[in-house]
Amino acid sequence: MNNIIIKDLSLAYGEKQVLKRINQEIEEKKITAIIGPSGCGKSSLLRCINRMNELIPDAKIMGQIIFDKIDIYDSNTDVTEVRQKIGMVFQRPNPFPKSIYENVAYGLRINGLKDKNKISETVERSLDDCGLLKEVKDRLHTSATELSGGQQQRLCIARALAIEPKVILMDEPCSALDPASTFKIEELMVKLKTRYTVIIVTHNMQQAARVSDTTGFLYLGELIEFGNTKKLFTKPKEKLTEDYISGNFG
Amino acid sequence: MKLKRFEEIIGFTILGFSAIIVILILGTIIVNIISYGSNAISWEFISDFPKDGMTKGGILPTIMGTIFVTIITTLFSIPIGVSAAIYLSEYAKEGMLTRIIRAAIRNLAGVPSIVYGLFGVAIFVQGLGFGSSVLSSGLTLGLLTLPWIIATSEEALKTVPHSYREGSLALGATKWQSIRSNVLPYALPGILTGSILGLSRAAGETAPILFTGVVFFVPGLPDSVFDQFMAMPYHLYILSTQHHAIEQVRSLAYGTALVLITLILIMNFTAIFIRFKLRKKFQM
Amino acid sequence: MQTTRKTFRENMKALEKELICESEMVSVAIDRSVNALKDLDVEKAKKVVNDDININKKRWEIEEQCINLLATQQPVATDLRELIAVLSISTDLERMGDHAEGIAKIAIMHGNKPLIKPLTDVFRMAEKSTDMLTKSLEAFVNRDAEAAKAICGEDDEVDKLYDQVYRELLSFMIEDPKTITRATYLLWAAHNLERIADRVTNICERIVFLVTGTMEEIKTSNY
Repeated sequence: MNNIIIKDLSLAYGEKQVLKRINQEIEEKKITAIIGPSGCGKSSLLRCINRMNELIPDAKIMGQIIFDKIDIYDSNTDVTEVRQKIGMVFQRPNPFPKSIYENVAYGLRINGLKDKNKISETVERSLDDCGLLKEVKDRLHTSATELSGGQQQRLCIARALAIEPKVILMDEPCSALDPASTFKIEELMVKLKTRYTVIIVTHNMQQAARVSDTTGFLYLGELIEFGNTKKLFTKPKEKLTEDYISGNFG
Repeated sequence: MKLKRFEEIIGFTILGFSAIIVILILGTIIVNIISYGSNAISWEFISDFPKDGMTKGGILPTIMGTIFVTIITTLFSIPIGVSAAIYLSEYAKEGMLTRIIRAAIRNLAGVPSIVYGLFGVAIFVQGLGFGSSVLSSGLTLGLLTLPWIIATSEEALKTVPHSYREGSLALGATKWQSIRSNVLPYALPGILTGSILGLSRAAGETAPILFTGVVFFVPGLPDSVFDQFMAMPYHLYILSTQHHAIEQVRSLAYGTALVLITLILIMNFTAIFIRFKLRKKFQM
Repeated sequence: MQTTRKTFRENMKALEKELICESEMVSVAIDRSVNALKDLDVEKAKKVVNDDININKKRWEIEEQCINLLATQQPVATDLRELIAVLSISTDLERMGDHAEGIAKIAIMHGNKPLIKPLTDVFRMAEKSTDMLTKSLEAFVNRDAEAAKAICGEDDEVDKLYDQVYRELLSFMIEDPKTITRATYLLWAAHNLERIADRVTNICERIVFLVTGTMEEIKTSNY
């Protein structure tokens, strides 16, 4: 089992407490969605899992996240290793202004892979996994910025997959995309969960309902409810969850 | 309605007129220099040494002097300036210290060039014992361009979207790997243009080199960085104000001005060209 | 067209299979209950009563899955109508199962007293309604509104048979009041079958709604 175990995780930006003692185990090879109103800390929680929050000045993180038998916040843990194992896809597609091929190869190169054949192989496989290979096969060496938004996002997923992570974090991956591209990415997520643990943050609860196996509802930095998606959307345990998912908030 | 339209026309005319004035001034300067200076230009003028107390011959040593000193300025200011900019924009935590550093840089850019000259004398000529030399002058000009290079480089680094850094870091890259392969290349057009523009300004400066290494006349080209040298801006200054036969050398002065301005324009166009080329390459 | 919503399509396919399974269970129940009555086989009748629990369970399962799909997949347009159709058809099927159970209970009550008449017409009603049921599920799978409308027409035949059985049994009762109890049993059985056929027309109306998007009462019988 390779679950992610979050223990007593608190996060503050300066004086502002963003996450309050979160305790939760996230199951492997499942899609876990985190929903909640804007500013509830869901993106922050996601960014704690691969230590991206450290990039924000005066972010204070307390508690532990155990993955692969180690505490990722331990002082002996190499942050780059954590991020290799726990990949991330961002809200806005952020392909580098390089060719499609180089975008996917980038992660391999910085991690020291030199064998050209192996790089080519991995690039093609990753693109294929994301259903992008057949769309871009004859223009692998043209700039990635020429792709459509949905294709760019799938490229970013392919880029994350290339370095063979075990977990993929997705921070509102479809919020900048049209419905058709959104459905494509959702199907991709469902396909990916056979091999990866997928954690997605979304403000779109219909999306959470559609794709995830498990859903967590985060409100004002606290994990109010966490459980089977079908249960959470048909008979939530907490009144607060019910109010949020049915739109009776405030 | 009518009044509005009228105001619009007036405003537009004033703005357009201001723009035309700027172009006219620049045009006049260039036309003036070309018309007076072109007579002096010949192969001999740019390939020969001055003769007969500067009244005849060419200005080769001044061209070479300016080029040498600019090379030293480049070697000194670009590595230090760009490194400092990277540190400031990528590594330094925002706080009191960085605010002070930035304020210092802005103020340095405003310091009159003659003050840099005096500083150069104190530090390089006397303090470090480089004497009056190409090296001292180059370093002094380097100090002068440094704030400019830091400021423009930092600006260029800031225009690289934050998402490139995040995307790279999220793939397990170290901070330096991200900067080197995913930030610097995209900031390069901006850095290079800014730097070249800064350097082209330095190449035309007189005051900072005045006390630190430039001389009115030396026979031959400098052999080492510790030699004194001739330079175009200073040469121009001497010919037009200090020469014993000012009227006689007037056309030589204009000729020198024309060569200097051509050199600077070449540098500026190079900057524009590089920017264009690299932009196209990265499709930004 | 619908390729991007693979998850939803897969779920719908599974749900359709469940629904067909439920309908087969109902067909078997109708067939068994009528046979139990015909053969005066109390054991068989008891089995039908027991098996009805499974039909009810199946219906709850289908309903739960429908609710989950509604909550998680937010179907719209045809997808939504499909889901609503499954929901309502499964309810109709469950009620049909109850009618079959009713016939089985009559068979138990009837016990081994001899039948007042051979069960030819009642048996034909049963055959007709199970046939209509099978065909309606076929029409559902094929999304065939025309076939569904045609099946509704067949309800008339069942109604006619019912009428015939009713009059026949009435004459028995008038002739010999001692037969009243047994005749009433048979009348109830026939009535149950008539209700079953009516439920099939409900299913067909759902199919028409699913295909065309309009809800219409399909005019069937003058009775």
